[in-house]
Amino acid sequence: MATATPTATATVAAPTAESRSFFGRLKVGRLVANIALLLIVALWTFPTAGLLISSIRDADQLALSGWWTSLAPSTAQSAARLGSAESQAEEGGQYVITGDIFAGDGGMELQAFGTTARDPGQYAIGETVEMNQGGLLTVEPDGSYRWVSDTPFEFTRAPQIYYVAVSPPRFTLENYETVLQSNGVARSFINSLTVAIPATVIPILVAAFAAYALAWMSFPGRGVLIAIIVGLLVVPLQMSLIPILRIYNGVAGITGGQAQGYFGVWLAHTGFGLPLAIFLLRNYMVGLPREIMESARMDGANHFQIFTSMVLPLSFPALASFAIFQFLWVWNDLLVALIFLGSQDSQLVLTGRLVNLLGTRGNNWELLTAGAFVSIIVPLIVFFSLQRYFVRGLLAGSVKGG
Amino acid sequence: MLEQVLGAAVAVIVALLAAAAYFWGSNWLLDKVLATERPGMAPAVSVRRDMRRTAIRPWLFLLPALLFLSFYLVYPVFETVRLSLMNANSTRFVGLSNYVWAINDPTFRQSLLNNFLWLLIVPALSTAFGLVIAVLADRVWWGNIAKSLIFMPMAISFVGASVIWRFVYAYRGPDQEQIGVLNALVTGLGYPPQNWLTNIPWNSFLLMVILIWIQTGFAMVILSAALRGIPEETLEAARIDGANEVQIFFTIMIPQITGTLIVVWTTITITVLKVFDIVFAMTGGQFQTEVLANLMYSWMFRSGDFGRGSTIAVVILIAVLPIMIWNIRNASKEQGTR
Repeated sequence: MATATPTATATVAAPTAESRSFFGRLKVGRLVANIALLLIVALWTFPTAGLLISSIRDADQLALSGWWTSLAPSTAQSAARLGSAESQAEEGGQYVITGDIFAGDGGMELQAFGTTARDPGQYAIGETVEMNQGGLLTVEPDGSYRWVSDTPFEFTRAPQIYYVAVSPPRFTLENYETVLQSNGVARSFINSLTVAIPATVIPILVAAFAAYALAWMSFPGRGVLIAIIVGLLVVPLQMSLIPILRIYNGVAGITGGQAQGYFGVWLAHTGFGLPLAIFLLRNYMVGLPREIMESARMDGANHFQIFTSMVLPLSFPALASFAIFQFLWVWNDLLVALIFLGSQDSQLVLTGRLVNLLGTRGNNWELLTAGAFVSIIVPLIVFFSLQRYFVRGLLAGSVKGG
Repeated sequence: MLEQVLGAAVAVIVALLAAAAYFWGSNWLLDKVLATERPGMAPAVSVRRDMRRTAIRPWLFLLPALLFLSFYLVYPVFETVRLSLMNANSTRFVGLSNYVWAINDPTFRQSLLNNFLWLLIVPALSTAFGLVIAVLADRVWWGNIAKSLIFMPMAISFVGASVIWRFVYAYRGPDQEQIGVLNALVTGLGYPPQNWLTNIPWNSFLLMVILIWIQTGFAMVILSAALRGIPEETLEAARIDGANEVQIFFTIMIPQITGTLIVVWTTITITVLKVFDIVFAMTGGQFQTEVLANLMYSWMFRSGDFGRGSTIAVVILIAVLPIMIWNIRNASKEQGTR
C-alpha cells in the first residue's frame, strides 16, 4: 500500500504537473515577471519624470496642481481689478466701463466669478450682477466685461473681481531662462566644468604609471603597496578634510594667496580618486597578455617605451571606465567643493548652488526642478552614451576587491 | 568667466606636459646616469648598473602617486587622530575629552543611532531590490532597457536626487491642492497631508529611501553579472529535477552568488557610512535626522571646532575599519593565488 499509492499518484499527476509547469514557466511566470518589473521600473522613474515635466511647466500651473495632471486643463482661482472710474465712457446716456479680466492673457476660459474672495464661484457666466458701487456687471467667458450704470461712476478704488478660470496646459522654457540667468546656475555650470575636467585628467596621468609599476614591475614591497591601496579605497573622505584644510590655510598664510581655489580642489580630487584609479587600472593591466610584453622586452624596449606604446593604448577601456567614474564623482560631489572651493556665490558648483536654492527658493518648484535638471543633464548624457564602460568599471572595481 | 575656463584648459595642458616631462625626463636621467652601454665599461659594472636601474625605475613610476596618496590620504588619517585629542583650535592636548563629550552628547548619540538604522536598512533593501530586479530583468525581452532606467539614478548627484525626492515629499496645507506625489496619495486615500521632513521618526526613513533608490541600480548591475556567471547546466539540471523558479532562486542562485552579495553589501555599507549630501540638502540634520558625516561637517565648519570634528571623523573611520581589513585580506589572498 505504502509503495503502491505514490506510484499511482505520480503517474496520474505527471501530465498535469508537466502542463502546469509548462504554462507556469512560459506564460504565467513570464507575465508575472513582466508586470512586476514594469511596476518597479515605473516606481523608479516616476520621481525623475516628475522633475523633468515640472521643469517645463508654467510656474503658476505648477504651483496649483500635481505634475501628473499637467496634460489636463487646470482650474485656477484668481482675482483681477476692474477698470477705474476715470476709464468710464458715456454711451447713449449710460456710463460704461469695459475691459478684460485676464488682461490680455489669452487661452483661459472663465467659469464663474464673484465679488468676494470667500466665494469666487458666486455667479455663473452670463449672470448680471448688481455691484455695490452701483451699476450692473456682465462678464463673458473670454474674460471681457461690461459694467453699465445710469449714473456716472464715482468710486475711488476699483472693485476686485474674484474668478475661477480654466486654462489649457502650458509648457515653457522660461523656468530654465530664469534659473540660468538670474539664479546663477549658468555660472555654477561653468564652475562645475572647471572643477571636473582637470580633476578627471590629472589622476589618470598619475595613476596610469603607478598601476603599470604595480602590475608589471617586480620590486620589494609591491604586495604591501597594493594592500595599502586596497585599504585606502574605503578610507572616509571625512578623515582628510580637516588636516588638508589646515595645510591649505597654512600655505595661503605663507604665500599670501587664497586657501580656497580651483588648484586646491583639483589636487584634492586627484588624491581622493587615486586609490580607485590605481586599483582599476592595475587590475586591468595585470590581465594584459604577458607574451606581448616579453617579446617587446626581447626587442630591446624599456619599460617606459612598453608603457607608452603598448600598455597605455591597450588599457583604453579601463582608462575610459575610470575617467567616467571620476568625472561623475567630481561633477556630483558637494563636500569637497564646499570645503576646498568655498561657498561664495561666484565659486559655487552646481550641487552647492542647488543646496542654496533649496534653502532660499524651497517653494519655487519651477526653479528647483529646472536647476536640478541642468545639474543632472551632463551626468545623464555621459551615463547613457558610455554606459558600457561605466558598468565595466563598476564590475572591475567592486567584484574583485571591494 | 572665460578666464576661468581658459584656466582649466591650461591646467589640463600643463598637467599633461608636466606628467610627460616628469616620466620621460626621469627615465632619461636614470638611463643617462646609470648608463650601461658606454665603451670600455667592465661587464660587472654594467650588470650592477642594470640591476640598480631595475630597482629604481618602479619608484620613478610610483613617486607622484605615492606623494599624492600620502599627502591626501595617509598623513590625514594620522593627523585627524592626533587632532581629535586636541582642543577646538588644535592648540592644546586634551586627551580623550572630545570622545567623552561625544558619548555624552545627545546629538552625537542620535547620529550614531541614525547611522546604525541607515546601515541596517539601506544595504539590505538595496541589495534585495537589486537582486530581484536582476533576476526579473533576465526573464523579459526588454530587460536591458529596464536595467538602464533603474541604473540611471547612479549617475545623478545625491543633491540632484534630494531635489527630486523633496518634490515627491512636498507638503502644503490641508486646504490646498497637494503637488507632492506622496501627499497626493495620502490625501487621495482620505488622510490629512503630512509634512514628511519634519515628521519624526518617518523623516529618517524617507531620507533612506533616496539612497536605496540610488544604490539599487548598483546592486542590480553587479548581481546581474554574477547571475550570468552561474552555469546554465546547473539551472537546467535543477529544472529537470522539478524545482520551480522560486526554489531555484533560493537554493541554487543565492548560494552561488553569496560572495558577490557580500561585496555589494559592504560597498553600499561604506557609502552609507559616508552619507552626507542627502541629509545636508534635505533637512540639514534637523528633526532628529542627523548622521555622523553631517554632524562632523557642522562641528568643523559651523562651529569651527576641529577637535570635535576630528573625533567624529575618527568614529566614522572606526566603523569602516572592519570592512577595510576584510577587503585587504581578500585582496592579499588573490595576490597569493596569482
